[in-house]
Amino acid sequence: MRPTQAARLIKEVDFGTPIRANEDMVALTIDGVDVSVPKGTSVMAAAMTLGTKIPKLCATDSLEPFGSCRLCLVEIEGRKGAPASCTTPAEAGMVVRTQTDRLAKLRRGVMELYISDHPLDCLTCAANGDCELQDMAGAVGLRDVRYGYAGENHFGDAKDQSNPYFSYDPSKCIVCNRCVRACEETQGTFALTISGRGFDARVAAGPTDFLSSECVSCGACVQACPTATLTEKSVIAHGQPDHSVVTTCAYCGVGCSFKAEMQGDRVVRMVPYKDGAANEGHSCVKGRFAWGYATHKDRITKPMIRAKITDPWREVSWDEAIGHAASEFKRIQAKYGREAVGAITSSRCTNEEVFLVQKLVRAAFGNNNVDTCARVCHSPTGYGLSQTFGTSAGTQDFKSVEKSDVILVIGANPTDAHPVFASRLKKRLRAGAQLIVADPRRIDLVQSPHIRAAHHLQLQPGTNVALLASLANVIVTEGLVNEAYVRERCDLAAFEAWARFVAQEKNSPEAMEEHTGVPAADVRAAARLYATGGNGAIYYGLGVTEHSQGSTTVMAIANLAMATGNVGREGVGVNPLRGQNNVQGSCDMGSFPHEFSGYRHVSDDATRDMFESLWGVKLDREPGLRIPNMIDEAVDGAFRGLYVQGEDIAQSDPDTQHITSGLASMECVVVQDLFLNETAKYAHVFLPGASFLEKDGTFTNAERRINRVRQVMQPLGGKSEWQATCDLSAALGYPMAYTHPSEIMDEIARLTPGFRNVSYAKLDEMGSVQWPCNDSAPNGTPLMHIDRFVRGKGRFMLTEYVPTQERSGPLFPLLLTTGRILSQYNVGAQTRRTDNNAWHDEDVLEINPFDAENRGVRSGDLVALASRTGEISLRAEVTDRVQPGVVYTTFHHAVTGANVVTTDNSDWATNCPEYKVTAVQVRRTNQHSAWQEKNLEEDVSLRRIATPELVAAK
Amino acid sequence: MSADERNVAKLARMAGQIADFFRAYPEAQAASSVAEHINKFWTPKMRAEVLAMPEPGDPLVAKARAFVRTGEK
Ligand code: SF4
Ligand code: SF4
Ligand code: SF4
Ligand code: FES
Repeated sequence: MRPTQAARLIKEVDFGTPIRANEDMVALTIDGVDVSVPKGTSVMAAAMTLGTKIPKLCATDSLEPFGSCRLCLVEIEGRKGAPASCTTPAEAGMVVRTQTDRLAKLRRGVMELYISDHPLDCLTCAANGDCELQDMAGAVGLRDVRYGYAGENHFGDAKDQSNPYFSYDPSKCIVCNRCVRACEETQGTFALTISGRGFDARVAAGPTDFLSSECVSCGACVQACPTATLTEKSVIAHGQPDHSVVTTCAYCGVGCSFKAEMQGDRVVRMVPYKDGAANEGHSCVKGRFAWGYATHKDRITKPMIRAKITDPWREVSWDEAIGHAASEFKRIQAKYGREAVGAITSSRCTNEEVFLVQKLVRAAFGNNNVDTCARVCHSPTGYGLSQTFGTSAGTQDFKSVEKSDVILVIGANPTDAHPVFASRLKKRLRAGAQLIVADPRRIDLVQSPHIRAAHHLQLQPGTNVALLASLANVIVTEGLVNEAYVRERCDLAAFEAWARFVAQEKNSPEAMEEHTGVPAADVRAAARLYATGGNGAIYYGLGVTEHSQGSTTVMAIANLAMATGNVGREGVGVNPLRGQNNVQGSCDMGSFPHEFSGYRHVSDDATRDMFESLWGVKLDREPGLRIPNMIDEAVDGAFRGLYVQGEDIAQSDPDTQHITSGLASMECVVVQDLFLNETAKYAHVFLPGASFLEKDGTFTNAERRINRVRQVMQPLGGKSEWQATCDLSAALGYPMAYTHPSEIMDEIARLTPGFRNVSYAKLDEMGSVQWPCNDSAPNGTPLMHIDRFVRGKGRFMLTEYVPTQERSGPLFPLLLTTGRILSQYNVGAQTRRTDNNAWHDEDVLEINPFDAENRGVRSGDLVALASRTGEISLRAEVTDRVQPGVVYTTFHHAVTGANVVTTDNSDWATNCPEYKVTAVQVRRTNQHSAWQEKNLEEDVSLRRIATPELVAAK
Repeated sequence: MSADERNVAKLARMAGQIADFFRAYPEAQAASSVAEHINKFWTPKMRAEVLAMPEPGDPLVAKARAFVRTGEK
């Protein structure tokens, strides 16, 4: 008998050294077999293309060859000695032999030396079965160690266990340098060195240990280590995995592919997948290590209901919970009207789940009140790029950065928020590309090992549009416009209007300096560099979108790229760095209140006809409520019922007290989530969600890349979200019949032109695909707008700087801006339930030494942070990363409540909240704020779960 | 301020922000663009509230109101 489905451990091929991209090929003979490889490829890699594994220890194909172990020796006709195959490039006509008696003897000699200083505890070693040293000992036929084991050795060296996820056992180190090189070449952090020489040479993470070093726990060194020296603690605890499944990280918008390496249905480790196009084998601490939340004891796995939010929760069956939710929604609609209910979808959920929720709203609720959390992050990207280019997405793939010459990073902090992309970016910068950073804060990229920004335009929060106008002014008035490009590709009348507009004196760097605070000379130099430095690429994040002029800024960025001819080929483009894993997807899936999937307005009759005929129901042609509108109308009493899937608006959305008073006014709030999150305190029905490990589906990353999410364990709550949504819809009177998420994707493909050729079969075959993927681009579209813009001619938009209404003044003299850090993720519901807290266990307020001194504040002091909307207390960190007049914090911890302070100001076009500018005051304090006290109390009172005995006794 | 008044004031502020963007354009185009934006993104109820406002403070919003559609339901 054979097993039905071969569950196997996926092992990518290791060519030993990188395969070079080169059109020129060279032909050679290896062990009598002809082979041709791209010029620059090593003999080792050439041999591997034939399947010939030359023994190796210091080489692996994610790293440049190093040539230290001398195990990979070969014989080459006409050459003396035995050169190392990893450092010898293949040449035309070479005749190579990889196995001879002489080579075997040499290799055994090398191995003997290694093994004489290596503990022989293979049977009890965590790497047993996954150790290259062990493999090599086998491959070279090592039978005896002539030197014995009694000589000088490192067996007694102390382990470094400081990192919560991996351990360093120096006694097993063979000093191959792979970890050091991985940290430099792959990750770009330069945390590791080899200290000492000869026998004393050891790997060192700074002067103390891994945790207190520069190490960011990306795992690249662990991945590269051929021995047990650097090993995941989960492997030490559980042993080697026996099968693996390729899936996609559920954290940020980079969308890294991982192998979930398993024993049964237990995840042993997550290993970045080399064939994943977004990450090519790299990872960050979140995806690589912070997955323990998925089985955390706080997971709620039983559906629950309650009549009032002050009642304790009562565990019920799925049928009862769904039935209750449906009858409440029906009751509310009967009483207050069809528009009185709606739903919020999540960028943390799959495309299929998001699509179903919007379908439920449109078909079963009969209105368009569906919005997605992208509302509060990248909605201005959608609006701005569709106005200018005609499509609501970034223009490039991540790989494109390898061809960039000048990189402008504006309002983004990639090393913290998009770490794996940041590693690619840093690699390109180390290779010589120039960097311009526009950010109020000195982010790490401005100056980090071997990287220094040519310009850091340290603007005042809220003045992006002013800065971009002055950059454009220089480009136009100094004659730096790429006229041929503009003439061919863009709408000329719009261009001329724009050129006249930006050329006005009021937009000059000198005039704008008063608003931005950036010296005019720096702006001029940066503009010249971007316009004339070769391929110019712009990367931006929420520091662009989350402003009252967020959409204007996106358009200003697009203008700049068009004017300099920087759209439509590799190395250039306008690239939004998306926050959450599926921001792109949740927007694509039609979960905006005015749009069907593929960004088609609900008033478009042809589109609506198509949906109506497939769904068999009449659809509303008027836009529905956006999240902030829902909350406003809830406070107002018109909006009474909400279904929230995988979102935590009570923590993530601005002006918390406004949000919670909206939620508290509703009669039925249904929360579907992994945990009893902040929003669930205001909920009446709780439906257990499923983690990304528990379901099938797809995520679409910032490059428009659709990646598969694959189930590795059963949903802890018994149902995946899509199943619960189907059940709820059926209970509302609109049954949806799907047996697998692939059928949902098939429906998406039928209804959405850009997805026409997408299917699970296609994704299985290709690994991933970037939309549009249809008959004109059957294998997807890595780069957009190549010969023409999607909208035809690129359209320049006028982008007048309008200062935000949120101004500092005597009462609130400082400007607060918010952001993220590497180890925590958004509201922190996942990462706070992992050991990532070792790096960041509370939100702190960064304040400049000048402002701190004025207020008598020292690092570590508790301070009150107050704005017009609310007040919180948190610890201060005095740092010159922020300029005088600006303070900064993160919003990862619910107990801090950073959004109590932010306001309900929002982007003019999309209502994306202005998280990045709030006028505040800071003073020393010795207590929690009133809101924090109340919140702590409600953490208990609004989260009680009735114990079954009490319920029975009642 | 009642919740209702607060909402109306907020809608007026939002409409003013939209007008701020389009003010850079020639006036006739600006007014219709403001209205187009509101028609495209606001619910019929929100539009009705804008139409029902006593004279909005912003002259461009006032002009744009001529092009704001009431909902067809
Ligand atoms: S985990 Fe990453 S950052 Fe830390 S030492 Fe290893 S490679 Fe460097
Ligand atoms: S820790 Fe591992 S990768 Fe680093 S030098 Fe030692 S054996 Fe090589
Ligand atoms: S970079 Fe983003 S997608 Fe990749 S592992 Fe980290 S959090 Fe996950
Ligand atoms: S693998 Fe070539 S020298 Fe180590």
